[in-house]
Amino acid sequence: MKVHVDMSICLLHGQCVIAAPQIFSFDDAGGLVWVTEIDDSQLADAEAASDACPEQAIVLG
Amino acid sequence: MAMGGARITIVGASLAGLRTAEAVAAALPGARITLLGDEPHAPYNRPPLSKDVMADLAGGLKTPQAALAELALRSKLAPEAVQIRLGVAAQAVEGDALRLSDGSLLRHDWLVAASGIRPRRLPLPGAEPIRHVLRRFDDAAGLARALRPGAQLVVVGAGFIGCEIAATARGLGVHVTLIEPAAQPMLRALGPRVAAAMAALHRRHGVTLLTGRRVAGFEPGGVVLDDGQAIAADAIVEALGSLPNVEWLAGSGADLSDGVLVDPALIAPGAPRLLAVGDVARFANPLFDAVPRRVEHWCIPGLTARRAAQTLAARAAGGTGGAGAEAPETPFAPLPSFWSDQYGMRLQAFGAPALAETQTVVAGDLSQIGQAPVIVEFARAGRPVGVLGLGAAPADLARHRARLDAALSQPVPA
Repeated sequence: MKVHVDMSICLLHGQCVIAAPQIFSFDDAGGLVWVTEIDDSQLADAEAASDACPEQAIVLG
Repeated sequence: MAMGGARITIVGASLAGLRTAEAVAAALPGARITLLGDEPHAPYNRPPLSKDVMADLAGGLKTPQAALAELALRSKLAPEAVQIRLGVAAQAVEGDALRLSDGSLLRHDWLVAASGIRPRRLPLPGAEPIRHVLRRFDDAAGLARALRPGAQLVVVGAGFIGCEIAATARGLGVHVTLIEPAAQPMLRALGPRVAAAMAALHRRHGVTLLTGRRVAGFEPGGVVLDDGQAIAADAIVEALGSLPNVEWLAGSGADLSDGVLVDPALIAPGAPRLLAVGDVARFANPLFDAVPRRVEHWCIPGLTARRAAQTLAARAAGGTGGAGAEAPETPFAPLPSFWSDQYGMRLQAFGAPALAETQTVVAGDLSQIGQAPVIVEFARAGRPVGVLGLGAAPADLARHRARLDAALSQPVPA
């Protein structure tokens, strides 16, 4: 499963970092970084992060 | 009753209702789910209504149709998994059925209240043609038409919605008077120090902010304050907070004193087949204390939706059902978070700053608000309960949030 974030609409609310800290984090420069390829054990967290994004910027597939 | 085929009626087709339908469909594939929405629109996202969407509509950058299409909430629901009925309201609970505004009766095994909130209005007559509220898309479209450059806007209530509308209107060249009964804007949510700084920010951007003042009456072209001052207005927004939509649950047995009181499983004591999610649900959060509260943050609908689906799935898998009195196995302790955007500055909070007694600036300087990042930590009885960034970089805020996370992971001192 791939994790895609549309950075043209991401507004760095950071909800995904709370919902799925193993997948999403902020780097020292303040940008969002994420694991782009996840396994099934991480799917529920990734879906929670996708649902938690106020901009609907996270797409799994 | 075969629980797999349980009839589950969800009242409210906004974020909480939609996410509940999705979570229940995933957890109970055979469930017969009906999602009822009293608005004509499919589920959409509300936060931009006071911000970008209002600016885009007022500035003619987008048509209402295009703006609404962009707000549509993406859903992973299969069309056959749920029956969505829009433009129909729940009117009353009649035994194990729901009376709808079209006169029909809809039977259920479980009822989920996702009916949300509506704006509180001043119980004063007058100026009706120019009085607005902001909750729904149609409200935003109507208000946007009045926000022409040079127009006079009076915003009654300086909570988050009122402050966001004021900031958006200033960006459109509208003259804004913001009236607040409390001593500062957003005082209850942010505490006196941050609220005073926010007051300064609004004044610096040209808002006439009148604190400690109430509206005493409306006139055809404006408002009259409690000190007798008359303020002319082309448009007036009542942004005085909200009332939970619970009237349709009268007689259900649930405690409706402020929203729907629910236990940690999100079941309403006194109404064992009723759950509540989103803005209308009042629940205790063991991260802080045992006091049940409604939480009007964007993150709560999604978190309560998942919790409600867990409860229904557990009941289907051999829960006894019926009394609804058994203790839930795991606590429900979601980390609250909220944000606001005013004058291009992001306010981002984690935890519950409103519960704090003290505020400590841990980075930056509140006199520099809007010009340089500020981070404030909120504490109650010496224990961190919230952290707020004002124009702060997410990574910096995340570092300070670690202290909050550590504090909240410890049990509340008795």
